Amino acid sequence: MNGFGDIVTALCLLIGSGFVIVGAIGLVRFNDSMTRLHAPTKVGTIGIGMLLLASMIHSVTLGETSIHETLILAFLFVTAPISAHFVAKVNIHRRACDTPPDPVRDETWATLNAPANGHPPPPDTPDTKP
Amino acid sequence: MSFSAQLLDIAVIITFLALVAGQILSMIRLVIGPTAGDRILALDTMVINALGLVVLLGIFQGVQIYFEVSLLIAMLGFVSTVALARFILRGDIIE
Repeated sequence: MNGFGDIVTALCLLIGSGFVIVGAIGLVRFNDSMTRLHAPTKVGTIGIGMLLLASMIHSVTLGETSIHETLILAFLFVTAPISAHFVAKVNIHRRACDTPPDPVRDETWATLNAPANGHPPPPDTPDTKP
Repeated sequence: MSFSAQLLDIAVIITFLALVAGQILSMIRLVIGPTAGDRILALDTMVINALGLVVLLGIFQGVQIYFEVSLLIAMLGFVSTVALARFILRGDIIE
């Protein structure tokens, strides 16, 4: 049983390392900011997820079972889309990609409406919102 | 030393090399990244890879004491990514 656990741990480690190296190569090789955004998400979810799973299986193999790593796993799975969303908003703000089409007369794209010099633009319409 | 233990040692070495290569490639993107978004993304990837290195160290030594370290690294990495993005987006972190 000990040997079987070691083999499963090694398999999880190899899968995780494959995703880590693929994500790193994609981060360097892609040629657009928004395209580069999607490569490291594989590192954050599957790559590190497989490493944490290997850590859990290895602890079971050693006889001192710990499932604490599930906490890190859940935290990473929750926060990876949030940070990717923020980086995408930075790309839109810096015009590093094709800007989305103009919104229909509302303030939905607050990122693109940000002033360039740090001062808010003069209001062209009176603010009627409460 | 049995076959499975040897396989685990080889897998740990391969994973270590992959994580180090990931760190180096992320650092290349951090240096040459044309926009600020790329640099934030490279820093986030480096934090994630450092987390993987800590987890791998725990596997290699067969101990569980690196759990808090990796959890702290994950939390600080997320907070720093969001703080950098907020600073670029709004010119301020806490308004």
